[in-house]
Amino acid sequence: MSTDLTRLDVTGLRAALADGSTSAVEVTQAHLDAIAARDGALNSYLHVDGETALATAADVDRRRAAGEELGALAGVPVALKDVVVTDGVPTTSGSKILEGWRPPYDATVAERLKAAGTVLLGKTNMDEFAMGSSTENSAYGPTRNPWDHDRIPGGSSGGSSAAVAGFLAPWSIGTDTGGSIRQPAAVTGLVGHKPTYGSVSRYGLIAFSSSLDQAGPMTRTVADAALMHEVIGGYDHRDSTSIDAPAAPYVEAARQGATGDLSGVTVGVVRELGGDGHTDGYEPGVLAAFRAGVEQLRALGAEVREVSCPSFDLALAAYYLIAPSEASSNLSRFDGVRYGLRVGDDGSRDLDEVMAATRAQGFGPEVKRRIILGTYALSAGYYDAYYGQAQKVRTLIGGDFASAFADVDVLVSPTSPIVAFPIGQRVDDPLAMYAADLCTLPASLAGLPAISVPCGLSEGLPVGLQVMAPAMADDRCYRVAAALEAAQDAARGGRFLDQLAARS
Amino acid sequence: MSTDSSSLSRDDIAHLAQLSRLAVSDEELDLYAGQLGVVLGAVARVQDAPTADVAPTTHAVPLTNVHRPDVVTPSLPREQVLAGAPAAEDDRFRVPRILQEEA
Repeated sequence: MSTDLTRLDVTGLRAALADGSTSAVEVTQAHLDAIAARDGALNSYLHVDGETALATAADVDRRRAAGEELGALAGVPVALKDVVVTDGVPTTSGSKILEGWRPPYDATVAERLKAAGTVLLGKTNMDEFAMGSSTENSAYGPTRNPWDHDRIPGGSSGGSSAAVAGFLAPWSIGTDTGGSIRQPAAVTGLVGHKPTYGSVSRYGLIAFSSSLDQAGPMTRTVADAALMHEVIGGYDHRDSTSIDAPAAPYVEAARQGATGDLSGVTVGVVRELGGDGHTDGYEPGVLAAFRAGVEQLRALGAEVREVSCPSFDLALAAYYLIAPSEASSNLSRFDGVRYGLRVGDDGSRDLDEVMAATRAQGFGPEVKRRIILGTYALSAGYYDAYYGQAQKVRTLIGGDFASAFADVDVLVSPTSPIVAFPIGQRVDDPLAMYAADLCTLPASLAGLPAISVPCGLSEGLPVGLQVMAPAMADDRCYRVAAALEAAQDAARGGRFLDQLAARS
Repeated sequence: MSTDSSSLSRDDIAHLAQLSRLAVSDEELDLYAGQLGVVLGAVARVQDAPTADVAPTTHAVPLTNVHRPDVVTPSLPREQVLAGAPAAEDDRFRVPRILQEEA
């Protein structure tokens, strides 16, 4: 009996493909079979094109047999969040307003993964326009958490998290505006990294909040995340916020971390994110798992100290002004003229009426709420009190980070204050939903890299530990996360997700 | 709009929806007025921050004047772009009328 190819991480898949013990077609077929068998229950994919995937895989196999030079990830399947524009492949951003749209070009992230030889399995479900923390705001139905089908897989990259945790893709691309890679990774037992803002091109990502949006890897291991980041990252002239500077080698940092030696590394534990006097809204089981993780970092040689970042208490308020403001502007492009839905164009209505009808029918409730709130925060007479003030808070948060990083190399916190909550529990209470982002928002607002790595279970559900680093020091995230992962794997006697595999 | 800085009336929501080109039903007005009032109350906390001498941050990466060489590069083919449009005519996007008839 051969190995189940869907259980391998990418490091394992690359080895098996390189030594000929499997083929790209076999690997792709194994994932397509798993999707056919189990995605009816999970709803992690919005679009799967098995025929094209198999043809791409067959081409890789043929070129490998012919001895041609292949991309670094030749034959490795991948799933992309549906916010990533893909040439000729339906792209909806989780919205009815883009149903049926086939983009005429590839996002840079998609293009680089294609050039590396990956096989696109499909596009994953998400909260509409990435607005949400549960994937319940998708216009195409909620995605379910592979650990408990009655619970959310996090969001907004919940299809990407569920697909990888559910063994329907070896890894995936997510996007993170306020935590949408890290929180879904945490609640499904994955590694998820939000790169330094500007380190991965935003060209071809359907914009939500342009000063915050960033794409990144969602994987089963830290090493896989580092590998994907190296492939998708780097300067792109088509994104005016792309950083034109060499990055530290991420894979090497992960390898170094996995040796388990963190001596010389100073770790700051952020008091305002679950520390003394700041535990409201945090589940005790999450805090216990987090504290045990911090003790493991100490045992690996890290120097651990508490750090105070008082402005982080205002991150949620600032984020929920800045992101809706930018969204209200970005989403004005959905006008029913150039792509997507058009409603009520019967000759009796003028452009404004058709636009209003189109947007009313095409957008879901959370998108409408955020457009209205953003329009308010930007309107004359309110701009200074809301949007302007939120931008000043953003400066304060950046200042807190700068002070902290003068003394420590990385900052740590729980990734999410809570484990995956039941589907339906918070969907009508926007503020309760927003609280899921409490720990991830500060790094978003400051544009800093932050990774979530599995850190035990609470009530049988995954908990994530977040590692934040200074801008362009993503390598520190990978090093510290890999050290924790290696220590936990050794103590457990296997990978984190093997616990889930053992249940099914 | 209402003078109370952290509440939104039904009329406020209707006005903002009109500015946002969103047709909203009576039920939506009631729902959003309630929900957004709660959200606005929470986000208004930014006004308590000590920001007297603080400059705003619009962007995490302080980049200015990003230029590329002024050369012509290929655009997407017209038919490919129009293929995604809800309505096209004579190689152009077809739009509903913009100006009202003279009364």
